[in-house]
Amino acid sequence: MTEPRAPQPLVRIRNVSKHFGEGETRIDALRAVSLDVFPGQVVALLGPSGSGKTTLLNAIGCILEPSGGSMELDGDVVYDERWLRSDLRRLRLDKIGFIFQFHNLLPFLNATDNVAIVLNLAGLGGGEARKRAVDLLDYLEVGNRRNAFPAKLSGGEAQRVAIARALANRPRIILADEPTAALDSKRAGIVMDLLRKLAVEQEAAIIAVTHDEKIFDRFDRIFQLRDGRLDTGS
Amino acid sequence: MNLAYRDVRHKLGRFLLTCAGLGLLLGVVLAMIGIYRGLVVDALTIARAPGIDLWVVESGTRGPFAEASRIPGDTREAITRVGGVAAAGSLTYQTVEAEHQTRKLRLYVIGYEPGRPGGPPRLIAGRGIVRSHHELVADRSTGLGIGDRIALGRNTFSVVGLTEHQVNSGGDPAAYVTLLDAQKLQFDLAPPAYRVQLARGTGTAIRDTVNAVVARVQPNVAPDSVAESIRRWKHLAAITQEGQEAILTGSLVDRARRQIGLFTSLLLVVSAVIIALIIYTMTMEKLKQIATLKLIGAPDRTIIGMIVQQALALGFIGFAIGATLISATKDYFPRRVVLEADNMLVLAGIVFLVCLLSSGLGVRAALRVDPATALGG
Ligand SMILES: Nc1ncnc2c1ncn2[C@@H]1O[C@H](COP(=O)(O)OP(=O)(O)OP(=O)(O)O)[C@@H](O)[C@H]1O
Ligand SMILES: [Mg+2]
Repeated sequence: MTEPRAPQPLVRIRNVSKHFGEGETRIDALRAVSLDVFPGQVVALLGPSGSGKTTLLNAIGCILEPSGGSMELDGDVVYDERWLRSDLRRLRLDKIGFIFQFHNLLPFLNATDNVAIVLNLAGLGGGEARKRAVDLLDYLEVGNRRNAFPAKLSGGEAQRVAIARALANRPRIILADEPTAALDSKRAGIVMDLLRKLAVEQEAAIIAVTHDEKIFDRFDRIFQLRDGRLDTGS
Repeated sequence: MNLAYRDVRHKLGRFLLTCAGLGLLLGVVLAMIGIYRGLVVDALTIARAPGIDLWVVESGTRGPFAEASRIPGDTREAITRVGGVAAAGSLTYQTVEAEHQTRKLRLYVIGYEPGRPGGPPRLIAGRGIVRSHHELVADRSTGLGIGDRIALGRNTFSVVGLTEHQVNSGGDPAAYVTLLDAQKLQFDLAPPAYRVQLARGTGTAIRDTVNAVVARVQPNVAPDSVAESIRRWKHLAAITQEGQEAILTGSLVDRARRQIGLFTSLLLVVSAVIIALIIYTMTMEKLKQIATLKLIGAPDRTIIGMIVQQALALGFIGFAIGATLISATKDYFPRRVVLEADNMLVLAGIVFLVCLLSSGLGVRAALRVDPATALGG
């Protein structure tokens, strides 16, 4: 496995902890987790259910406030014992793409518009946004379904539309929570190849939670979580 | 891209159904307001019909509508001679039940002197009364037509003209006959013992009584000053047209008006709660989508816009449906429904406010939703 020796990690996490509740009911979902992910890397988060994978992903995605530690995204310190930025949603729009276990497409928009909306939100005009959305869908080989509504898409097609949406603003960090769980192994392979292609072509960092043993060999690194602690893996 | 519009278009059938439901509800509210207004208008119709300035009635009464009033038939001549009076006419009012083609018909019979104030207002068909006996001008809502014959008391009257919207405060349609016919009718329908007394001329009342004398004053004469001079007769009371209308709205229909008013307010509250619930549920159903929008970076403005626009569209379309429905059906109500532009505007304003306020509830829920709920199942 190659590890680009880029000096600057895209995601840099130091001693991040997160607990829910206090006293008797306190759950330590993350305990002093530190990790770096570099541009071009595709890494996996592994671990038994309840080990804190989703919690870690949400923290990196600035959806969940950690209880302590620090996080640096693309050179910006966004968290150091507290949020250092007030416009987290803008940060997400510009830098982070999410791929969900279930596609989470907006049911009332067709495939093209589901992608175009994030471009609109980032300030790109209607026609241009739609054109770029169609290009992306073509790139992900679902261009033929561009006018279909999510309810009419197959699981694999919907997931690829969702990936197109995650990529639309060319984010440098892509977070995926079990992106292949809803797909058969062939489709899962295609999605993984795609993510890899992206990491390389766009110098992006990709962090994916997975249980899927079939695709372990597709990752540059595997981080193993157990009870909120990171076992530095292979 | 307008998310509110896209969402509505995607579930158009359901949205329109909700609008239609709301439209029916708002239609009922509008009908209630219309019935309320109609009640007030109806109550004033008969008093306004003669287009006069003064009502002369029995002293100590607020007649002839709110209280019974009986004054001698020759009062009119005396009133005509009062300074400032341009014209005067005697009137009688009585409710009579008659039968027409096997159907019971309640008529509010008004006896007047043709050629003097107090006759029927604008006719929509036929002609006014020209013969001194057995002709009748009926309101259209009686269902009678020109040329129909109807038995009242011991005589048969033929319908020669029709009026519109002339009903008393109880909703009974008006029927105009000559004063003499009306007095005969009063006599025919009086209790037998009383009638015998009257026939002998020994009764407490003489046969020639009327319920009121109405008067029109000369231009540039204040009705109040004329009323003042009439009040000097001990057995008469004089009420200006303004006073008569105040009596009618103030006492005669007051309870019915308050009843309907209260019911209308209740209905408004119910509608407000229902609108709030609909909009709140509409938002709650979308929480996951809203979480997704937040996750992909949509600002609050986008999310608030979507909820508020849908709420306003719902209110607007619902109101339009309700208003159209009632405007189209108001003439089929058994009693008059009066829709006035200002009432409609006020209701539209209330609906607008309610929609805005209840979308506030939805917005609050939407802003609190955690973007993380979009992740996972
Ligand atoms: N909002 C929350 N409130 C309280 N406890 C939470 C919350 N979110 C997660 N937890 C707890 O934190 C721990 C880690 O949860 P997390 O969702 O990160 O696990 P996971 O590794 O993603 O599991 P899975 O593989 O089942 O998705 C669990 O014990 C969970 O119960
Ligand atoms: Mg999870």
